[in-house]
Amino acid sequence: MPELRKERLDRGVKVRSDSIYALSSMKEILYLLGPGLVLILLLLVLPLVVSPYWQRVMAITGVYALLSISFGFLANYVGLVSLGGAFYVGVGGYLSGLLNAAGVPLILSIPIATLLGAVICTLLLLPCLPLRGVYFAIISFIYPLFAGRLIAATGYFGGTDGIPGLDRFPSIWVALYMAIFILLIVLYGLSRMVNYEDVGLVFRGVKDNELAIKASALNLTWYKVQAVFISSAMGTFAGAYLAHLYGWVGMSLFAIDFSILPVAATVVGGSGTLYGPLLGALILVPASESMRAFGTLRIVFYAVLLVFFVVFWTEGILDFLKRKYEQFEHWVRI
Amino acid sequence: MSDDIILKVENVSKSFGGVKAVDNISFTLRRGEVLGIIGPNGSGKTTIINLITGFVEKDSGKVYYKGEDISEWQPHKIADVGLARTFQAMRPYPTLPAYKNIIPPLYSPRARRSARGKLGDRSAVAIDLLEEVGFERDARVPYKLAGALPLGYLKRLELCRCLALMPEMIICDEVFSGLSMSEIVSMVPLMEKLQRDGITLIMVEHRLRELFKIAKKAIVLNFGEKIAEGSPDEIFNDPKVKEAYFGGEDSYVFK
Repeated sequence: MPELRKERLDRGVKVRSDSIYALSSMKEILYLLGPGLVLILLLLVLPLVVSPYWQRVMAITGVYALLSISFGFLANYVGLVSLGGAFYVGVGGYLSGLLNAAGVPLILSIPIATLLGAVICTLLLLPCLPLRGVYFAIISFIYPLFAGRLIAATGYFGGTDGIPGLDRFPSIWVALYMAIFILLIVLYGLSRMVNYEDVGLVFRGVKDNELAIKASALNLTWYKVQAVFISSAMGTFAGAYLAHLYGWVGMSLFAIDFSILPVAATVVGGSGTLYGPLLGALILVPASESMRAFGTLRIVFYAVLLVFFVVFWTEGILDFLKRKYEQFEHWVRI
Repeated sequence: MSDDIILKVENVSKSFGGVKAVDNISFTLRRGEVLGIIGPNGSGKTTIINLITGFVEKDSGKVYYKGEDISEWQPHKIADVGLARTFQAMRPYPTLPAYKNIIPPLYSPRARRSARGKLGDRSAVAIDLLEEVGFERDARVPYKLAGALPLGYLKRLELCRCLALMPEMIICDEVFSGLSMSEIVSMVPLMEKLQRDGITLIMVEHRLRELFKIAKKAIVLNFGEKIAEGSPDEIFNDPKVKEAYFGGEDSYVFK
């Protein structure tokens, strides 16, 4: 019996579109645009067909997706592993809540909270920017824990009760499509920046090699500040959005889920790109929600799912799908 | 002519714990000159580069570049005034194609102030620059991932990153080390071209024969101290240099 080996080869269209574009038909153009179009269409159409309960789940999923992309951008393209997601959400949420409670309408309080919150988060993380890897992760994780305790202990900003009675979005449709549009715009803008803009290459240089960035007459800290600002602005927007989705802000905005789920989403979806964390969030949040029927056992199933990915499927879903899409496999004799 | 002096290093010292890595070194360099820095392993050659370019903080001493005191400056600011450096352990961005490695320096404020920086498409400029240092455009070498390039190309990539800044001076940390003889032979004309273009060079080297094709003077370090300075002949005939390299005439090697 002859021994067989599985051989993988790039599909022709993949080769032709790799660095120089030599496409010959609409079919091939569709092949390249396909995945993106499917994602956009799915996000736009899905709200029309699901029940109101799942519409809310979708809105929350959008928040986590935004946080996961924010995490993926910093981790995969700038080399900073930030567990500050919960802090961004908390700062954005409380800022928007305080502004709204003071009479600023929702349409202004969200953008102000997003930008001002990102400035605050960036300034607070500024002293830790020389740190890398797990050290930066630990420090950024301390902020949400600290902020939550601080509010509970001092009773500022409504203390443990939070600030109730905030403006809500006029309808779930507005809320949902706002989340979807912001998500798509962020995704398009970020992936353009890291792949085609020169400043994106500087960010990737920061990840690969800090000394070379310094030797290239570029101010390393300034580029890290820019990256942290972009990433935290996505988080503070998510927080401000949640504040008005619930009509309430409270300490639960500093819940560590917002920091940890992006990591899990990256494990499930696959690291190295922005789309891996996005895919992970789009799978994990609805999955967690649909397991609600199991009660507290939900956490167990959730953990088993994560362990499965960490142990058996380390490449993540996105890389697997990408491989199937771009290559064909066949058995050859050896 | 004192305004001709581009770099002046004054009594620079650095200790790591109890080890004096660089001990009270001074030298000056005129515009357009090529200075070699040689010495046995661990004699402080790379440390002096790190001290001049701001990558390591000095314990004491001053560095003047074009008459300006740059002793306390950050590395990126020093590179911004035209004093570039290479790294001995090459520092490419391995996940990017070679030409994209050159885009961050072309994006730097210094490059953008220059005429070439206003040309628009930085990818095209990067590929032109890579061709200048020997990346064959026709063989599509500039498009290869930097992480997959052989050592010779990585050394050239290091140099190219400096050239993208349009430097007035480059400090090269062992451009010849680890290269095959044929790669070294093709590297020498490149260094000579830099010199003809008016770029002041400091070359830290172990390959003395190739170094002295380019450099007309050198300083010799041993245990962080400057033990000799001068032309190649003066250095080779210096008894202290012989002792540093060969352990002195009364050592067992010669007995």
